[in-house]
Amino acid sequence: MYSFQGYRRPDGRFGSRNLVAVIPSVICANDVGQAICRQVQGTIGYFHHQGCCQLPLDLKRVTDVLSNLGQSPNVAAALVISLGCEGTDQNRIVEEIRATGKPVEIIRIQELGGTSRAIQAGIDAAGRLVRQISGLQRETADISELTMAIKCGASDTTSGMASNCVIGYVADKLVDLGATVVFGETTEFLGGEHILANRAVGGADGPVGQKIYQIVDEMEKRAMAVGEDMRGGQPTPGNIAGGLSSIEEKSLGAIVKSGHRPIQGVLEYCDRIDGKKGLWIKDSPGREPEILTGMAATGAQCMMFSTGRGAPQGFPSMPVIKICGNPNTYEHMKYDMDLNAGRIILGEKSIEEVGEEAFALLLQVLNGQMTKNEALGYYGSMDIFCLGPVI
Amino acid sequence: MNEEGLALKVDDRDNVATVFSNEVIAGSCIYVRDKKGNQEKIEVRSDIPFGHKVALEDISQGTRIMKYGECIGAASHDIKKGDYVHVHNLEALRGRGDLNGQED
Repeated sequence: MYSFQGYRRPDGRFGSRNLVAVIPSVICANDVGQAICRQVQGTIGYFHHQGCCQLPLDLKRVTDVLSNLGQSPNVAAALVISLGCEGTDQNRIVEEIRATGKPVEIIRIQELGGTSRAIQAGIDAAGRLVRQISGLQRETADISELTMAIKCGASDTTSGMASNCVIGYVADKLVDLGATVVFGETTEFLGGEHILANRAVGGADGPVGQKIYQIVDEMEKRAMAVGEDMRGGQPTPGNIAGGLSSIEEKSLGAIVKSGHRPIQGVLEYCDRIDGKKGLWIKDSPGREPEILTGMAATGAQCMMFSTGRGAPQGFPSMPVIKICGNPNTYEHMKYDMDLNAGRIILGEKSIEEVGEEAFALLLQVLNGQMTKNEALGYYGSMDIFCLGPVI
Repeated sequence: MNEEGLALKVDDRDNVATVFSNEVIAGSCIYVRDKKGNQEKIEVRSDIPFGHKVALEDISQGTRIMKYGECIGAASHDIKKGDYVHVHNLEALRGRGDLNGQED
């Protein structure tokens, strides 16, 4: 039996971090939010670029995601920063976070008389919230309380043969222990979707299997609709320099990280996990700022991230553990990479041995040990995946 | 470790292997190791960087290139055993809006 030390939230979920989230309801509130975060210890900010002059479906999407981020278990309290004329529903964000039992406050820049007054009011509010939550103590939580997100980025050919195999090992172990694992990057199912569909509960012809084919088809059609060859963007120039020759090759290496357990279903980008167990897909693009946001908003308390070229970034409220498959990159970037899976390529360790090291590291991180990107403060970039144009 | 370079073949159906040695140059020999640990020595016809692929057999233009036992694209030129295989002679078959419905 495995457990971790987490912060119990009023809704019964456990956080691996205890943070006050500063949530701008629109890009125009970012500067005020950043000033507050610079001043008040224990805060993080979700500085996205959306929230106004978008189609209604995207405004709903942005509202949903910001609300879900505030509800996520690593967040203890929230301060919403509204400009006052944005398209998102900032009152709904406040109400939904408050309904989970967390303290939440809102400030409105236009109403308060502008930037300097809003910053002053925001610092006071954030200070109150930090003092209110910072004395919370960690409690023992069974590992089945964990939702772990998985992702690969800045991949090369070592990813599919080392680091993704390690994450697949951990994913299988977590599912067997009753926990939840979520993977995404629908673009990187292209060429491997039949393998995933065959692992769907109910088989490839069942509703989950068919949904997997459908989301891949929609993603591919979006790229093809503009009449372009995906090769100009996927694989990325870095992937190609690392030896990946096609999206199919990248995909087949990428899906290795999902392990071998049955796929329970497909979550939309705005869906929360809400206690579902086992292995799930989140329909999402592969780019870091959008998928990391989607995973944190799902309710993941931690992410395991595989890389070969060396992707350094994390996420404001979700620790991101970097598993590096390329032994050369690990040596070169060891102050960013948390674990060296390149030893598998060199024949020094087995997938299982490094998998157990990764699992032990995961428990330490859930208990509060900072990942390298957390210690470096490299987690400022995030964004929300929208579907329509900016108008 | 072998003096010669090392390449790994993931699946029996694969016609390429991935080179995991730092200095594999044209004319040198590498050991291609499969999952069971069987090794085959082949001569490399071009320089191949770490993490990039080598052809394990002759692959004629239009033939599917296999890795992980799955198709990763098709040969855009005739490829000889020992050749470097990458975007110059392998083309993706998916996400190809430029082909405009010519895909299967």
